[in-house]
Amino acid sequence: MSEALTLSWRQYRLERRMFWRNPSAAFFNFVLPLVILAGAGAALSGNQRQLDRLVPMIAGMSVMSTTFTALAYNIVFLRERGVLKRIRGTPLPTISYFGGVAANAVTNTAMQIAIVVLAGRVIFGIGWPQQWGALVVFVLAGVVCFAALGVAFAHAIPNFESTAAYVNAVFLPVVAVSFYAFDSSSAPGFVRTIAAALPLKPLIDGLSGAMVTGSSLASNLDALAVIALWGVFGLCLAVRGFSWEQRRT
Amino acid sequence: MTGTVGENGPAIEVRDLHKRYGEYEAVRGIDIEVRRGEVFGLLGPNGAGKTTTVEILEGYRARDSGEVAVLGQDPASRSIALRRRIGVVLQAGGIYSHITPREALGHWASFYPHPREVEEVLALAGLTEKADVRSRRLSGGQLRRLDFALALVGDPELIFLDEPTTGFDPEARRAAWETIRSLRALGKTILLTTHYLDEAQALADRVAIVKDGRVLAIGPPRELGVGASHHRVAYRNARGELVEHETDDPTALLHRLTSEALARGERLDELTVGRPSLEDVYLELTADAESPAPPDPAGDSADLATAASASRRSER
Repeated sequence: MSEALTLSWRQYRLERRMFWRNPSAAFFNFVLPLVILAGAGAALSGNQRQLDRLVPMIAGMSVMSTTFTALAYNIVFLRERGVLKRIRGTPLPTISYFGGVAANAVTNTAMQIAIVVLAGRVIFGIGWPQQWGALVVFVLAGVVCFAALGVAFAHAIPNFESTAAYVNAVFLPVVAVSFYAFDSSSAPGFVRTIAAALPLKPLIDGLSGAMVTGSSLASNLDALAVIALWGVFGLCLAVRGFSWEQRRT
Repeated sequence: MTGTVGENGPAIEVRDLHKRYGEYEAVRGIDIEVRRGEVFGLLGPNGAGKTTTVEILEGYRARDSGEVAVLGQDPASRSIALRRRIGVVLQAGGIYSHITPREALGHWASFYPHPREVEEVLALAGLTEKADVRSRRLSGGQLRRLDFALALVGDPELIFLDEPTTGFDPEARRAAWETIRSLRALGKTILLTTHYLDEAQALADRVAIVKDGRVLAIGPPRELGVGASHHRVAYRNARGELVEHETDDPTALLHRLTSEALARGERLDELTVGRPSLEDVYLELTADAESPAPPDPAGDSADLATAASASRRSER
């Protein structure tokens, strides 16, 4: 067991090293959320009610992009390049490999959330998060849920060239529906229903409670339950259909 | 577990192996046995079932039926203990773009209980000068050497090489052959697949010739008639017919043919000296199996060619 942990740690360190050496990954992780925050923040400046909504929305989207999007891309790329197949032939335990990969995703998410929290405090005047415990719980639940869904979704993507199309076909509508339902009290009923059944809107609700409104974890348990259900669904699909090799066409 | 029997038995045992992909039966009853310390070649054209067989042995695929033991264990169990003792060079295995060979080898070494020194492996694979270059900047040949290095760093007893030199230029091929020979000198058992006759001849102690999922012949390469000494001399005679001879001694045969032709005042048009292709060997092997004396389509050369071929066999 301790050996599997040691190997997880080594895989994690390798993933971190590769992350920092890949300029586009680093850019999308750090610069992009800042650019979105800065742009939207400037447009909404002075409207504190809007800014209070913007920060948890960006935080929720960050969780989804650092896990769902990043893992779907990575898995498809490594599968197509034959890296996964090579790893499969070594004695590296599967659990250690995925432990390292998952820890890498958690680190990226944590860094993004830190950026968003800092920006919220320093630039947008929403103060420090009210409920640190609830923030940690929702971020972790969101990471597990979207990471599992990202790995599961990678099974559906036939090759690396089509990854952007597949990922955005899910990412953009989910973000749009969830943002709309969260931000606008006048959103139509069916939009609200769809958004409430998807994992992103409940995550934003939870993050909003933790970061802005100070509502307790207990009052957002239904949101947490939706995220957990999607997480279990994602984990089952991720494990069942996982392919270490490119399909033969 | 299997104790001393497993340690002293053959490195690989395969009996009546079958594997089907949907309608297509890729492996149709393969039997091979690879002894410890030998280089064993699986020789055959693309689609013969070589890679399927090797990937079953490596633990990548489940067999449909048959018995398989690798170092005394069933590879389908995918035990970590077994994977620590084997090294795999895939036909096409990628590596992370943003790390260097030294870093990759250091990481891979940590998977194994008794890895080799990274520096030593870099030297063995000829990568010392490129040790600190990110792999996305390495050439195809250098990446292939990294494949070898990654398979070696765990100091495995048994190494699988799936078409290790396909796509190489002649110089890179020679270098790869040298690496494989040095592995053999280290006492490693090697299972090599190739569709190059000369590669099997140059490297393998024994080969199994595989076609359509079956083993056609098995033995040391020279005894299978795939030897480097086996030459084919062909020309067009005065009537424009293609005449082919097979011989172990092309110098003497050419001398005789050209002397006779000059004496008759003829030319030997389209005169070539070549080695038989893999296809020729298959034809010969399948023909041998079906009818002992295949009729030679080249007409008047039949007796001579058959005689040369017979004399070649009688020398064994």
